[in-house]
Amino acid sequence: MSSATETLDGVDGASAARSNRDIIERRLKARHRAEFRFRMIGLGAIMLGVTLVALLFGSILAKGLPAFTQANITLNVTFDPQVINIPDRPVQGDLSDADYREEMLAWQRRLVFVNWNRIIQDSLAKVVPAAADNARDAVGMVASNERVRLRDMVRDDPSIIGSTKELDLVAAANVDVWLKGNIDRSLPDSQQQLTALQQEWSDQLYERGVISMDFASELFTNVDSRSSPATAGLLGAMVGSIMMMLIVMVVAVPVGVMAAVYLEEFAPKNRITDLIEVNINNLAAVPSIVFGLLGAAVFINLFGLPLSAPLVGGLVLSLMTLPTVIIASRASLRAVPPSIRQAALGVGASPMQAMFHHTLPLAVPGMLTGAIIGVAQALGETAPLLLIGMNAFVASVPGTPMDQSSALPVQIFLWQGNELRNFFEARTSAAIIVLLTVMISLNALAIFLRHRFERRW
Amino acid sequence: MNTLIVVAVLLILLSLAYQWGVSASRSVANASGIKMHSRPAYHGLLVVLWCAIPAAVVYILYLVFSPTISANIVASYLPPDVAADPQATATAISRIENIASGFGAIGDIPPYQNEAAAALSRFEWTARLALIGLAAAAGAFGAIWARRKIAPNYRARNVVEVAIKVVLIACSAIAILTTVGIVLSVLSEALRFFTYVNPLDFFFGTTWNPRFSTVGTEDQGQFGLIPLLWGTIMITIIAMLVAVPIGLMSAIYLSEYAGPKFRLFAKPLLEVLAGIPTIVYGFFALVTVGPFLSWLGATISLDVQATSALTAGVVMGIMIIPFVSSLSDDIISQVPQSLRNGSYGLGATQSETVRKVILPAALPGIVGAFLLAVSRAVGETMIVVLAAGNSPVLTANPFEAVSTVTVTIVNQLTGDTDFASPQSLVAFALGLTLFVITLCLNVVAIYIVKKYREQYE
Repeated sequence: MSSATETLDGVDGASAARSNRDIIERRLKARHRAEFRFRMIGLGAIMLGVTLVALLFGSILAKGLPAFTQANITLNVTFDPQVINIPDRPVQGDLSDADYREEMLAWQRRLVFVNWNRIIQDSLAKVVPAAADNARDAVGMVASNERVRLRDMVRDDPSIIGSTKELDLVAAANVDVWLKGNIDRSLPDSQQQLTALQQEWSDQLYERGVISMDFASELFTNVDSRSSPATAGLLGAMVGSIMMMLIVMVVAVPVGVMAAVYLEEFAPKNRITDLIEVNINNLAAVPSIVFGLLGAAVFINLFGLPLSAPLVGGLVLSLMTLPTVIIASRASLRAVPPSIRQAALGVGASPMQAMFHHTLPLAVPGMLTGAIIGVAQALGETAPLLLIGMNAFVASVPGTPMDQSSALPVQIFLWQGNELRNFFEARTSAAIIVLLTVMISLNALAIFLRHRFERRW
Repeated sequence: MNTLIVVAVLLILLSLAYQWGVSASRSVANASGIKMHSRPAYHGLLVVLWCAIPAAVVYILYLVFSPTISANIVASYLPPDVAADPQATATAISRIENIASGFGAIGDIPPYQNEAAAALSRFEWTARLALIGLAAAAGAFGAIWARRKIAPNYRARNVVEVAIKVVLIACSAIAILTTVGIVLSVLSEALRFFTYVNPLDFFFGTTWNPRFSTVGTEDQGQFGLIPLLWGTIMITIIAMLVAVPIGLMSAIYLSEYAGPKFRLFAKPLLEVLAGIPTIVYGFFALVTVGPFLSWLGATISLDVQATSALTAGVVMGIMIIPFVSSLSDDIISQVPQSLRNGSYGLGATQSETVRKVILPAALPGIVGAFLLAVSRAVGETMIVVLAAGNSPVLTANPFEAVSTVTVTIVNQLTGDTDFASPQSLVAFALGLTLFVITLCLNVVAIYIVKKYREQYE
């Protein structure tokens, strides 16, 4: 060592000691510097992680929050009997159900062929007279599904024909994009989504307050739509996700808890139990997409269950969540001190009674936490759902778990791929905010339950 | 709604049976004056079991046989010219079912359809009545049988406990069945794929070009696994390069340096990253990280594509940070305090203790944690679907678009459940590869972590 040779080279003891001390102090300084550096690296790593969390949430919030408001055009819509020229709505009378339905369908077909564009154009012409001569531009200002809304109003109540109503119509996606500045306004007209006339009208109506930015309730009350992006909503996806979560709760949680009870308390300690144990740990780490393959091959191909059904999705997600629930439940059963079980056995309870009357109730809070976290995980899972056909475009709210449906994460996947990027980037972020809100609430609930009911023994 | 009423009625009947059993056992106890072996609740439960199981058997028999019988009844009424034509048969059957259910059918109804519908509804009524009658009889019979067996020395508790145990075992078996289901379904479909394509060409082929499935053509494209596997490996390496330093340093700081307050604040924040659905990471990669990396590359005149192995890898690394940090944290905190004290006693600084004592001691466990993280990165789907660019070419350049095993599974199987072409069956061969890789990683990792825990117990 260099320090040892330096000491030997020293002239007398005192100076040797001082130089020794100097060397050690110098080295100590270096070591403390290294210590400080190491510490700062550690702190930096955590800060980096936290920054990344902030960045992720920040970028999604910044993109998504504006999408919760949307351009609406308030118009006085006249249901002109000249345009809506249809016979009276059929009444059932003594027709059979099948015949009545047939007549009703024929009537509704007539309704579909009414020139709804004309009605929208006339209403718009009341605020911008130029609209009367520019049908194409005028109709393009309003989301195309609003025609369907007008039609449904007449279908439900034909007596409104002839009256004038003030309605908030959703503006077309391109108008929304233009007003929010999500498109470069300096681009030449040929590259704009709105025509020159529409640009002028949009700005003018926005200034006059006819177009206003309102809360985008369509996001929560409408189903997905391809033809009318401005009115595309999450309702179908949310209902599908809720159904799947219910199925996961009904299937995975009880089965997982009972499996945990058996494995922890009653299973004989032999090779088969070991195998089950290894198997569950492995199952927890199997990629989710493999569960999707299982669902496609077994539930759909073998059992013939329908594609895109929340039932199949729920079952696949249940199988995926099962190991999480089992592992969490076993951990919370193990955390109950054995003295409680032994006391129960000591006063003559059978093992089953000791379990169900004493150990299990004490383990419930921990199990609940695990179950909620498992359900939250299942809610955000996308990949296995793609393989069982859930990426299909579904524009309806599922009534039963056997109907076609979408799911929140799949809806996000579909929307991010939409060609109308400058509108759907915000919409997708808004859908992500909805999904994250639900998931974070679920996780917060789990943390709250853990703190509220956790007992230290 | 209807089903709910039926379920409610059944539950009420079962609770009546339970009450009957309880009161019966009480009266037996009072009459005989001897102490009963089992508590009244167990006798009640036994009566419920004896009532419910025979009734359920009857119901299952009804479900199995009734559709065949009613189909036979309808078929017997079909005139020969209709029965000969499958299309007409299907229409006729659905019309007959609609008439029988009271909904009616459109247009003129041939007399044979009316007769068949009448016969069908007669049969359905009888079958339903018979079901209710038989089920009630079986239930009542079972309940009476169980009631007669109630005696002071009858071991009702033991019987009930065996029944509960059977249910518990069945629940644990589901976990095993899932694995068996995964292996069998994936393996059998993969074997079918290998009847189209030579396994050697699949596992060692360097070109991925599946073409579209066209029936009857000999030319079926090339299914080489290597480019996909290489894409997966490259993204995994990038992800680990991001996640390991940040995750490990965070874990070290949290377990060795941080005070309890800082820990309480930083740990959940990092764990938030673990709860975010992968589709959200994918979107983040697509709209934020990708363009940013591309811009960063452009400023140092490097051609980085927005969707590339780098983008997917970096974002996947961010996703895995909390996984690495919480696993490493667990493992580091398991290193015995005596090792730290010994090191401090010799004058080592904290960072020296960490680097020279704790990390070597914890190394096996940390390696196990890394392997689990690798397995997770390999199986991750949504991030790579959105951000890796989906171009299955063999390239060593991380700035270019690649494709992975999981992405290709999604691409090949989505929306296609007619498992007849190699183009969709290949998804199962890929799934098998993925399953085997992750299984090996998990088994090794779980084994290492387990051994490591035992070492310090």
